[in-house]
Amino acid sequence: MARAISILYALAIYGFIFLPVAVLVLFSFQGTLFPIPPFNGPSLRWYQAVLNDARLTDGLVNSIFVAVLSSALATLLGFLSAWGFARFTLPASALLRGFLTLPLTVSYLIIGMGLLIFFNWLGLPKSLAAAGIGHVVINLPLCFAIIYSQMGEHQANIERAARDLGAREWQVLTLVTAPMLWPALFAGFFLSMTFSWDEFVIAFLLTRFETTLPVEIWNLLRAGLNPKTNAVGALVFGISILLAIVFELVAFRKRPQ
Amino acid sequence: MTDLVSIEHITQRFGASLALDDVSLAIQPGSYTVLLGPSGSGKTTLLSILGGFLQPSAGRVLIDGADCTTLAPAKRPTATVFQDYALFPHMSVGGNVAFGLRMQGVAKDARVAKARDMLRIVGLDQAFDKKPHQLSGGQRQRVALARALVVEPAVLLLDEPLGALDLKLRRQMQDELKAIQKRVGTAFVHVTHDQEEAMALADHVVVMNHGRIEDEGAPERVYGRPATRFSATFMGESTILDGRVGADGRVATALGIFDLAGGNAGQMVHVAIRPEHVQIGPGIAATVKDVVYQGSFKRVAAAPAQAPEVALLARLPAYAAVAEGSAISLQIDPAQVILLAD
Amino acid sequence: MSGARQPIAGWASVSPALLWTLVFFALPFVAMAAASLFPKGGDGLSLANYTQFFANPSYWRALTNSLEVTLVVALISILLAYPFAWILAFVVPERWQRLALMLAVLPFWTSYVVRSYSWLLVLAEKGIVNDTLLSLGLLAEPLQLANSRTGTVIGFVHFFVMLLTLTIFANLKQLSPNYRKAAADLGAGPVQAFLHVILPLTLPGIMVGAFLTFVLAIGDYITPQILGGNNELLMPQLIMMQIGRRGDFASASALSIILMLVVSVAYLLCARWLKIERA
Repeated sequence: MARAISILYALAIYGFIFLPVAVLVLFSFQGTLFPIPPFNGPSLRWYQAVLNDARLTDGLVNSIFVAVLSSALATLLGFLSAWGFARFTLPASALLRGFLTLPLTVSYLIIGMGLLIFFNWLGLPKSLAAAGIGHVVINLPLCFAIIYSQMGEHQANIERAARDLGAREWQVLTLVTAPMLWPALFAGFFLSMTFSWDEFVIAFLLTRFETTLPVEIWNLLRAGLNPKTNAVGALVFGISILLAIVFELVAFRKRPQ
Repeated sequence: MTDLVSIEHITQRFGASLALDDVSLAIQPGSYTVLLGPSGSGKTTLLSILGGFLQPSAGRVLIDGADCTTLAPAKRPTATVFQDYALFPHMSVGGNVAFGLRMQGVAKDARVAKARDMLRIVGLDQAFDKKPHQLSGGQRQRVALARALVVEPAVLLLDEPLGALDLKLRRQMQDELKAIQKRVGTAFVHVTHDQEEAMALADHVVVMNHGRIEDEGAPERVYGRPATRFSATFMGESTILDGRVGADGRVATALGIFDLAGGNAGQMVHVAIRPEHVQIGPGIAATVKDVVYQGSFKRVAAAPAQAPEVALLARLPAYAAVAEGSAISLQIDPAQVILLAD
Repeated sequence: MSGARQPIAGWASVSPALLWTLVFFALPFVAMAAASLFPKGGDGLSLANYTQFFANPSYWRALTNSLEVTLVVALISILLAYPFAWILAFVVPERWQRLALMLAVLPFWTSYVVRSYSWLLVLAEKGIVNDTLLSLGLLAEPLQLANSRTGTVIGFVHFFVMLLTLTIFANLKQLSPNYRKAAADLGAGPVQAFLHVILPLTLPGIMVGAFLTFVLAIGDYITPQILGGNNELLMPQLIMMQIGRRGDFASASALSIILMLVVSVAYLLCARWLKIERA
């Protein structure tokens, strides 16, 4: 009996969670002009429209660019700093580590605003690069935290063994440490990609003509509801699920012994 | 006297594997029973079934005459001391110990008094207001014990309770467990893989292997006269020899002929010889293969000249002058050779 | 820890990240604080932006609106997510749990912007909910769900139920199963075991989740902008309005700093539960 109620409750919550997504996907196949009931379709005209819309496809490409580059940089900086703090006793270590993780507690809006004012003052124009810089700011603490938490004594001993066998510092770093930590590096990179890819506020504040997909979608929607956005949303969803499956296969198949 | 606990033909399957195979066991009131066996022997599974955390695939469990097979843990007259103690970290020691009484609806004053009493019995009356994380491993173990005993179960179940303690502390806790059990009078069922612990605590040892009971009885009997090869080598050490029962009923082995009752003429059998019954003396010429110094004795493995493939184990005095490769003469006490059932 | 090796290597390793954070996080923050002290159209250093906040009722109301909405959202989300996480952790068979969890958070991967607009489709006057309820005869007139605080709350709750399910699930799984067994063994029924043992042990995790919800929700611009309608403004909308419509960076900066102060106060109140523990 309790089990039946549990199942019903779980299904209800699942229903609630998937409701907007189901609507989104359903109306991406809408036949008529407006993504409102009743549903006329299915039709692929909006997917066609999306692929023909240069601004949207440009936005998609820009999003990928910014996501990949900013995530790679965030992961690299996160890795270097995690290694530095974990393997060396540096003064005020706890304070500095706290400083690195501080951006996690600040709203994206405020980070974006700070950068906007700062760049304004420096005379730097709005650009994709500016948004990318902002994305590194929000993702660096994440990468640092994930990688740092994996750099325990066990790993340190393996590095000591490598050093004992004659490897120089940079060789230890590239041939031993980085490969050993690859799950954490991958997790940091993947998570950063996820946050950067869908990030709106910082991109909105810091870009102008060339912008990312979420901002293009926003611009599109300011003119009113448009089934193109549903098609884009469904495409984004599809790509994301694909990435999630890749992550699942890579991360859970190659479990390091 | 009727059995306190009667385990009847319990079988437990997990998917394709058989964890318990038609196990039957009787436990008497006031006894200290130890389930002894290596990992995978089924001893913990049996304890879980006794405690109500697992439903057996087949068979019955009767406690105090009542069929408890499908009864939830809360409704059974059992209480369990878990391997990691499972003390509630957010409650005080007193709160932990009184928890069971609180669930029974006992009034606050009464249950605090009972909790204090029980903590006194386990020697921790000072710790009533402390939190579990402030206590040492051994102290936490005693709190877990108190918490389980205060609800006055008919049977107390202990799942490898001393595993996390170091040797000295373990020996100390063994003495305390035995004392507490005698004082409280509850039947204890204790799971362990440590045969010394089993012999020290139990008045009823149950040796398990691969989901079956290999041997059971008083520790003196199970050690002195093991029933099977597994029992002979798991409880202490033994030299195992192949043997053949002759027409006269005596058993012929590579190291001599022994007068053992119970064999049928022509039967192939195994015999076990405990190392403490192999001493220096006239009889078997052998070469020492290995000497391990153990403080109060030396554990010696020697290859007899008449049967070099056999590793004859002997427990020799610490002052015995033996070294690897030296010649030695060993004598087996014929009265202590054991005929095994398998 | 090898402090015996050249610490230079250590400093070289951590400096890039530290410098980045300094230049692109700390300095902009200082710039923002500085900008807030020079009101637009005023003359020089002044606290006018801050006093204006307390003086202007519509500004002040944006903050109270934000606080009310985020607290309601946190409460509802926890109440909905906890039983759900429980079911995923203890009722669903072990080998299906990861799949069930992944399904529960899958919608995270649709675009946040598009997803919010989809809620509009669902909640609008001519949207799915109203259509269904009207055609079933359960309503005489359409409900005002979108373009109101209700819409904002629903949009937020949708996001945070997913997030909190994730965090509470992790929290529940990490509890030793022996706690529940011990409670049951000592006579506790399922409700008692939950109230006396599981809930207190998971409370720190819940507080962390609640704080996270508070911080993320109070700073979110998209959901209230799309689903909240024009009748009330929340803080992020007020801030964006200063930049967009009025180009008043000074005022926007001041409001941002006020928002940060509110979050810091919340942090101090919850600090007890937010100590990061090293397992």
